[in-house]
Amino acid sequence: MTALLDGLRVIEIAADDVWGASAAAHAARILADLGADVIKVEPPTGDPVRAVPPFLHDRAGADRGLLWIALNVNKRGVRLDLPRERDRLRALVSSADVLVQSREVVDAPTAASWSPSLVVVTLTPYGLTGPLAGVPASDLEVTASSGALALAGEPDRAPVRTTLPQSPFWSGMYAAMGALFALAARAATRRGQQVDVSGQASMVTVHPPACVHWDVAKEEHTRLGAFLIGRSTVGARFRNIWECADGHISFAIQGGPIGRHTGRMLASWIRERSFAAPRFLAIDWDAFDNRTLTQEQVDALEGELGAFFRTITKREFFAGVIERNMLGYPVADASDVYADAQLRAREFWQETPIDGTTLPFPGGFALFDGERPRIRRGAPRLGEHDAEVLGAVTA
Amino acid sequence: MTGALDGTRVVELGWAAAGPLVGTYLAQHGADVIHVESSTALDPFRSTYPPFKDNIVGPDRAGMFAFYNAGKRGVTLDLKQPRAVELALRLVKTADVVIESFPAGTLARRGLGLDALRRARSDLVILSSCNQGQTGPHAQHPGYGSQLTALAGFNELLGEPDRTPVILYGPYIDYIAVGYGVIAILAALERRRRTGEGCVIDLSQYEAGLQFLTPAMLEHAANGIAPTRDANHDRMAVPHGVYPTEGEDRWVALSVWSDDEWARFRVALGDPQWSSDAGLATAAGRRAREDELDSRIAQWTRAHPREEIVDALRANGLRAAPVESVAELFDDAQLAHRGVWRRAAHAGLGEIGLMAPPFALSETAARPDRAGPTLGEHNEAVFKGLLGLGADEYASLAADGVFA
Repeated sequence: MTALLDGLRVIEIAADDVWGASAAAHAARILADLGADVIKVEPPTGDPVRAVPPFLHDRAGADRGLLWIALNVNKRGVRLDLPRERDRLRALVSSADVLVQSREVVDAPTAASWSPSLVVVTLTPYGLTGPLAGVPASDLEVTASSGALALAGEPDRAPVRTTLPQSPFWSGMYAAMGALFALAARAATRRGQQVDVSGQASMVTVHPPACVHWDVAKEEHTRLGAFLIGRSTVGARFRNIWECADGHISFAIQGGPIGRHTGRMLASWIRERSFAAPRFLAIDWDAFDNRTLTQEQVDALEGELGAFFRTITKREFFAGVIERNMLGYPVADASDVYADAQLRAREFWQETPIDGTTLPFPGGFALFDGERPRIRRGAPRLGEHDAEVLGAVTA
Repeated sequence: MTGALDGTRVVELGWAAAGPLVGTYLAQHGADVIHVESSTALDPFRSTYPPFKDNIVGPDRAGMFAFYNAGKRGVTLDLKQPRAVELALRLVKTADVVIESFPAGTLARRGLGLDALRRARSDLVILSSCNQGQTGPHAQHPGYGSQLTALAGFNELLGEPDRTPVILYGPYIDYIAVGYGVIAILAALERRRRTGEGCVIDLSQYEAGLQFLTPAMLEHAANGIAPTRDANHDRMAVPHGVYPTEGEDRWVALSVWSDDEWARFRVALGDPQWSSDAGLATAAGRRAREDELDSRIAQWTRAHPREEIVDALRANGLRAAPVESVAELFDDAQLAHRGVWRRAAHAGLGEIGLMAPPFALSETAARPDRAGPTLGEHNEAVFKGLLGLGADEYASLAADGVFA
């Protein structure tokens, strides 16, 4: 099978801040996974992501950062001292189909003069133009500006972000998407174009229902801790994260055919355990409609279920929902995910040699004609491919 | 050329978010996307999920459907009937791409499996997107995006250490799968332009989501640590947090990434006495006293309006942003400048707000200017116009409920 992006060359220019460098790196990583030849250009001091903890085996080192490794496998890497070595950059970029950068190292007129067919993708926190163009931001500020932060957290505390920064992944994903749309257009026009990616706008896409609710009904959703809203016609909220014996699970009282089946199955599970849940066990599932329950009714049912869930472990719950074909999953941590039978059956993990050890790497994001894109090489050491790449373009 | 995918046709069979939103991105870039649905087994976004116009439930009053299917044509077919399946295959014959997002095996049972699709057209790009992929022991397990988000490990990383994890709003992981689904189709079309080959794509929403958690997975594999939620703390920046400002439930996000930035942060704060403590001049010193630092900063932020704090920090080249509510997004000057929000007419809703993609193409801009179709809106245009059914044949099929 020919790799989807076989023959395509991508130049990625590392940024001087962690957000921009991570976002650009993720965009280029996606294109690399699909078979593009990605060459990463770093300053002589290296990409700032190299310094982000944690490190492999907890020992700091420029090639040992786990975020660095995650974002840069499948690429080659060269050092360029810019702007001093701009001629070399020009030679490199002129050989490429796509340039990915997180500030305008190469602006639109320059790009067009270097190579009219070049697609130039620039990722910034807010976009290249407008009142916030050029304003710096990291993951936290980008997320705050997008509404996504306001939608997560406990009502009695500050809004919270995901502890593993997410906005560089989202922005990088949309940058890769934008690059591919531009390549589709190029196939017809033979001309490249500019792709201006905004981190803020990227994070607005993670919560469309909140936007639709405000737009259509002028109802504003906000953070509700472990609870779901938008499922009730009388405004009741439903718990979606519960304590269990050894952690947490995700479950909600739901209606509809699958929700009612889930309710029946859970009721029979509770009976098998001879657990006391009189209100829940009294539900007539044929007539059940979660949308019309009052908050008081919901709270009473959830009190019973909460007590039941505290008697079972995450993995017991997972096995139980699979066996009963009902809705619900554990709140998994990384160890649970590595243990998951489905991912193993689909050969998701790829044992990848990294710096003298082997790590089970999350595999390609999809199967193409039954094949999963491979991790073909580790992340480059600083300047690892200077001779091989720069020798070829300047020759 | 006006759209990057002008001349590309997509047939889409799927419901809710994860499949249909893929088609929306393609439609906004010029593809002719034909969304095939059933009026007897309605998309839950037409029948169940609020909001509805004036809170009255109805398939053409549903905000969610109109948003998630923007830019498409819509037809109805009762795929339990062989003649409907035959029409679906005739549509597929005219298409470059098929998107389907039903549970694994559903379409095959209707006579629309991979073999049937590829017999209709051999160089199709086919995206199958479902919760856990087309194969494996859990392929048939039913699940919603919000719970799949928990299974992948996102919620473990969200919340306060002393409380339960909290929800990531909505079916978070579905939108990751949407992005990768669009990317997969575009990359497959890129190859098809060069080699003429089609492609069958098996996208597990679970596996797509895990791409965004790769560093957490590697941390467990390499160091034996399963990362967990840590409120708003960061491993590099300190201070790094969300602080209350003047007013009700108003917050500011800010972060300090170097000792030099700390010096500028002190200036922005007006150089209060406590901040001159030499112990705070280094990142290690600030981290050792992060709780104390956070409460000092909160004391300051509480006394000022949110925008004033953001302006003062940005004026010093620092990172700060208001925590915008959802309503505020619609008045955000930067999003407005980028034309993120668009309004489109809709027969049932009057009007609906649509969202432009977060990337702006300079030459072939996206056109998020059409709302999702009403139920069966394009039946005649597609079945008579595109497939060439005669008036009598169309009427007779309609009478037999084929277009139900």
